[in-house]
Amino acid sequence: MKQIKVGLGTCGISAGGKIVYKELLNEIKNNKLNIKLKETGCMGMCYNEVLVEVVDGNKKYLYVDVTADKAKEIIKQHIIENKPINEWIIKSDDITEKDNFFDKQKRIVLRNCGLIDPTSIEEYIEQKGYKAIQKSLKEYSQKEVIDIITKSGLRGRGGGGFPTGLKWKFAHDAKSEKKYIICNADEGDPGAFMDRSVLEGDPHSVLEGMMIAAYAIGADEAYIYVRAEYPLAIKRLKNAIKQCEEKNYLGCNCFGSEFNFEIKIKEGAGAFVCGEETALIASIEGKRGVPRIRPPFPAHKGLWGKPTNINNVETLANVPWIINNGDKAYAKYGTEKSKGTKVFALAGKIAKSGLAEVPMGMTINEIVFEIGGGIKNGREFKAVQMGGPSGGCIPASMGDLKIDYDEITKTGAIMGSGGLIVLDDTTCMVDLAKFFLNFTQNESCGKCTFCRIGTKRMLEILERITIGEGKEGDIELLEDLAVKIKNNSLCGLGQTAPNPVLTTIKYFRSEYEAHIKDKKCPAHSCTSLLTYTIIAENCKGCTLCAKKCPANAIIGKAKEVHIIDQELCIKCGQCFDVCKLEAIEKF
Amino acid sequence: MIIAKQIDSNNKIKNFKKDLIFKKNQTGSLIPLLQSAQDSYGYIPEKTIHYISEIVNIPAAEIYGVITFYSQFRLKPLGKNVIRICEGTACHVNGAKNILNALKDELRIDVDETSDDGLFTLQSVACLGCCSLAPVIMINDETHGNLTTDSLRKIIKKYINSEKQLGD
Repeated sequence: MKQIKVGLGTCGISAGGKIVYKELLNEIKNNKLNIKLKETGCMGMCYNEVLVEVVDGNKKYLYVDVTADKAKEIIKQHIIENKPINEWIIKSDDITEKDNFFDKQKRIVLRNCGLIDPTSIEEYIEQKGYKAIQKSLKEYSQKEVIDIITKSGLRGRGGGGFPTGLKWKFAHDAKSEKKYIICNADEGDPGAFMDRSVLEGDPHSVLEGMMIAAYAIGADEAYIYVRAEYPLAIKRLKNAIKQCEEKNYLGCNCFGSEFNFEIKIKEGAGAFVCGEETALIASIEGKRGVPRIRPPFPAHKGLWGKPTNINNVETLANVPWIINNGDKAYAKYGTEKSKGTKVFALAGKIAKSGLAEVPMGMTINEIVFEIGGGIKNGREFKAVQMGGPSGGCIPASMGDLKIDYDEITKTGAIMGSGGLIVLDDTTCMVDLAKFFLNFTQNESCGKCTFCRIGTKRMLEILERITIGEGKEGDIELLEDLAVKIKNNSLCGLGQTAPNPVLTTIKYFRSEYEAHIKDKKCPAHSCTSLLTYTIIAENCKGCTLCAKKCPANAIIGKAKEVHIIDQELCIKCGQCFDVCKLEAIEKF
Repeated sequence: MIIAKQIDSNNKIKNFKKDLIFKKNQTGSLIPLLQSAQDSYGYIPEKTIHYISEIVNIPAAEIYGVITFYSQFRLKPLGKNVIRICEGTACHVNGAKNILNALKDELRIDVDETSDDGLFTLQSVACLGCCSLAPVIMINDETHGNLTTDSLRKIIKKYINSEKQLGD
C-alpha cells in the first residue's frame, strides 16, 4: 500500500501544511483510494516547505514546495496514473538527487524526525524505540549506564557543554530517597528551533532518554519544562506520555521491572533566564525565575531541595541511540574533545534555512556553503552568529574553523544551543550587537546590579552610536563595562550578555569606528546615518517616489529629474524600495 | 455563534474554578493556576489574584511579583485580533524593523497597546520558530511569512475590511 507523509512541524504548518493535508485527504476520499495519509515532523528542509513524501513499497519520492493545487496533481498523476511528477521531486531513488542538503549530514538526534508519525508510539517502537531503556534495565547496572554515557563523550547540548556522564554521576552519588530529572525544553534563544523540532517530530526519543537518565541516577519523578510558546510540542508530548502510561512504560514497575517513573509537563511562562538551571527550578516551584548562587549544585540540592539532574532536549534525544549502538559508535564522530553530532538551526541570509545535523568538527564554510547552499541573493558572506544572545559573531575570514565546543569558545563566541545565523554584507554589526543586548537587557532578572544596570548602560551607548551620536572613547567604555558585567554576574545570562558586543568589537572594530568618527554605517543599515539621493541619469521622472514619500520630501515634475529635500527626508527608504529604475542611491 | 462563544467562555471559567480547588494543596501550583486564569478570562483580572491568594495562601503582592516577572501574563484584556511580530534574530536581519514600523503606522498603536476600537493588539515576541519564513508575523493563529512592507499593508487592510463588513 502506498503511503503519503506530510511534514507538519510548526514551520510546515506555517507554510500551509494543513491546507495541503486537507486537500490530500479530500482527494483520497473522493477517489476512494486505498492510501495511508500520515503526518510527520520536521524533515529539516524548512526552505522547501511544504514537504510531501510518497512512499511506494521501497521507493520514496520527496515533493517540495507543495500547494493545494499541486497536491491535487500529485494524487492524480502519481497515485492514480502512477506517473511521478519528476519536476517537483527533489529526492527519489529514480532520479539523481537534485539537492545535496542531506549529503554531509549524520542524523542521530533527528534520526526519526520526518520519518515517523510523532503521534504514534508503534512507529517509534518499530524504529528500535524503547529498546535502549529495556536493555539498560535488564543488562546494565546504574553505574554501567553512566559509564557508557561518559565514554561516549556526550556533552550538554543546551550550551554549556558540560560532560553528561559526569553530571549523571554527581546526581547518582548524591544520597537521597527522592531524586528528580528535569528536561530543559525552554528554548528561549531567538533563532534556535532544534529542540522544538525534536519535541514535535520525535517526542518519544526524549521520553526514553529521560527514562534512562532516571534509571541511572535513581530518580522516580521528572518534569519537562517547556515553553508555552510551543503549543504543538506540548500537545505531542502530552500524547506521548499518555501512550507510555497505557503501555506501562511509565508508572509503577515499568517494563515489568522494579523501576518506577512518572513524567509531568510544566509550561514555562516566558522568561529567557529560566533556561538557567537554578532559575528553572525556582520557576517549577512556582516562584519568580531568579537564579541563586551555586554551590550547592542541583545535583545535590535541586528541585524542592532534592538532588536533581537537568538535561537539555537534544542531549536526552542522543541517549537512546548511544545505549543501542554503543559508546564507540558515537565517539567515532566528532573531534577529540567534542564527540558525536550537533544539530544546527540555519537561518538568516542563507539560501537554504533549516535544520542540519552534522558531525562535530565540520567547518563553518562546509555548513554554510555545502549544506546551506551559500548566501541568499548571491550576496557576500560576512559572518556567522553562534550561540544567540550569549554568543558572538565569527567573521567569514575564519570560515575554515572546525566547529567544536573548545574551538568556538576560543573565538569569543559559544556553541550555545545551536542557532547559526548567517549574515551578509547588508547586516550592520553594531546594530546586531544592539539587538542582542536589547534582548538580554530585557530578560535580565534584575538580581545582579551589573547585569541589571550595566547592560542598560551598554545599550544606551550602542543606541547613541547607531544614531550618529557616538563619542571618542565609547568603544573603550563598552569594553570596560563588558568585563565588569562578565565578572560580577551570578548566572550565565549576565556572564555572557556582553559577548555579542565584545566579538563584534574584536572582529569588526572598523565598523564601530565608522559609526563614531565618520557618522556612517558601512552596511547601509542604520537609518539615521543614511543619505538618500536621486541619480539624475537614471531618473525618468515617473513620480512614483514622490507619490510614495510620506514626508513630501521629493520634489519634481512628471518626466523631469526629481530631487530629495534632505531637510525634510525622514530616511524611511520607501522611495528606494519603490523605484524600479535603480535611480535612488543610499550611502 | 455568539452563544457558542459564551458557553465556551463559561466552561473555561468553570475549568479555572475546578483548577482552583484541585490544585489547592499541590506545591508549585501558582504558575499553572495563573495560566488557567488567563486562559479563562483572556487576562488576569485583579479579583482573581485575590481568589488565588486566599486559596493557595500566598500574599497577593507575591503573586503580582510572579505575574509581572513572566512575559506570558497580562493584566489587561486583549483586543479582538492579536498581532504578534517576531523579533528573532533571523527576522531582525531580514528587516523585521521595517515591518514593525509599517505595522505601527497602519494600526496607529505601539507594541503592547490595543487600538481604541478594541480590534487589534500588537505584541512582539522573541521568536516564533519559523525562521525560514523571516520576516514573520502571526495574526491570531495564522502565520504570514516572507513579508515586505507592501504585502504587510495589504494583509492588515484585509483584516480591517473584514471587520468593517462584520460591523455593517
